[in-house]
Amino acid sequence: MDYFIQQLINGLSLGAIYGLIAIGYTMVYGIIGMINFAHGEVYMIGSFIALITFLVLGVVGITWVPLALLLMLVFAMLLTSVYGWTIERIAYRPLRNSPRLAPLISAIGMSIFLQNYVQLLQGARSKPLQPIVTGSLTFFDGQVTISYVRLATIVLTLALMVGFTQLIQRTSLGRAQRACEQDKTMAALLGVNVDRVISLTFVMGAALAAVAGMMVMLIYGVIDFYIGFLAGVKAFTAAVLGGIGSLPGAMLGGVIIGLIEAFWSGYVGSEWKDVATFTILVMVLIFRPTGLLGRPEIEKV
Amino acid sequence: MSALLSVQGVHTFYGSIEALKGVDVTINEGEIVTLIGANGAGKSTLLMTICGKPQAREGRIVFAGEDITRLATHDLVRRGIAQSPEGRRIFPRMTVMENLQMGAIAVDDSHFDQDLEEVFTLFPRLKERITQRAGTMSGGEQQMLAIGRALMSRPRLLLLDEPSLGLAPLVVKQIFQAITAINRTKKMTVFMVEQNAFHALKLAHRAYVMVNGRITMTGSGAELLANEEVRSAYLEGGH
Repeated sequence: MDYFIQQLINGLSLGAIYGLIAIGYTMVYGIIGMINFAHGEVYMIGSFIALITFLVLGVVGITWVPLALLLMLVFAMLLTSVYGWTIERIAYRPLRNSPRLAPLISAIGMSIFLQNYVQLLQGARSKPLQPIVTGSLTFFDGQVTISYVRLATIVLTLALMVGFTQLIQRTSLGRAQRACEQDKTMAALLGVNVDRVISLTFVMGAALAAVAGMMVMLIYGVIDFYIGFLAGVKAFTAAVLGGIGSLPGAMLGGVIIGLIEAFWSGYVGSEWKDVATFTILVMVLIFRPTGLLGRPEIEKV
Repeated sequence: MSALLSVQGVHTFYGSIEALKGVDVTINEGEIVTLIGANGAGKSTLLMTICGKPQAREGRIVFAGEDITRLATHDLVRRGIAQSPEGRRIFPRMTVMENLQMGAIAVDDSHFDQDLEEVFTLFPRLKERITQRAGTMSGGEQQMLAIGRALMSRPRLLLLDEPSLGLAPLVVKQIFQAITAINRTKKMTVFMVEQNAFHALKLAHRAYVMVNGRITMTGSGAELLANEEVRSAYLEGGH
């Protein structure tokens, strides 16, 4: 039982991270119908920016941990957003009216470029970081430990989800975004600057991915230029599992993938956990291509 | 009366296909003008060209003294042009209220409540359905929503594309009554594309006939209604 709860906590925090990244995939898919294969790299860049911010803060003497964490979060989200915005501007917008395959290939190119860019600037070796946040809660006479970082990941993700859902459901920006998903020409006729809404979608996705990148760095204490690939593919799997285009679906898919990985590692062994994840991707694509919360395309028009 | 909208020698292309072949249309402030013509004549293309989707390849479009030919589509609402387009294009997965909010998204929201009340007075049915998802409504209700949404931006010029298409006669009557009311009470200028030529000509102050991307005839609604050519081409078959 203790072991089970431990794996549950590990799975939830991992799932929160996949979910945060998956939202970027699902939102971009919803609005321009393409898979942004460079999104995993955006997450990787987010974690590097968090790391660099931390090192800079150390140099300038800001060592009070809560303030340092807050600044890391803010800088990572802001600067990663700039990357998200730029990627769309350079790699996707010029191809807006091209066949669907063109932006997809451009995305793969962007992904390779970003990996090499970080490798060149930061080196290929992995970057270790001494634990910034230590300590944990223990339950069941020390049988279950929840580190503060994992707890913070879950809480922060929940808060972001609530805020984000409100943004999409209640604000005029959110409405404009949903309108663009449904009918871009009509949205333009009503005065929505569609290109700007698409840019903002990339910015939001990048900001959330940056949070994921920072939390991963804090949990595992090591990052490298290649972490975006596997995390990206798994978050993509999460988005497909939840139903691509659906925000709650991305979150749910992320949590399910996280739990499967944690329990597989805990009970079967960590060697085959990726196989388990991708078996799910294949199964979903075969048996339920619209995903768990995806919407089948039947609508009265 | 002064010209609110003036379309001058406009040519529009879809790829290499020329859909509009030099169209001239003038709409004066306060008028209801209708454009009739067969399927595929280019009527909807003209409305969309006015809104810059696609943009005219040749010619000029002047609205309220300003050349709008090269303006981006999303800049036109703020200048006072709203369209209820072909096929209605309501947002099916949004509620009625959200659709109406989208209509007002580009304009100052200080008179939102007042405008909303006016739309509900015009189409009381929409008020009953305010929280319903728009895609689940009947065709007539969706048409009311499309017009109501266009009105939410307080346009000076309302473009209507086939507001009666596919609707039951009673609903058609309601819609046309609403259009007349908008024009009379709000002094709103209306440019309406219609296949239902009989109703449209009765309602309109002036009318144009379009054939194969060209304007072939123009006159007052009553004149065209009496015209033999128009009668045999667009009014036979009874209404």
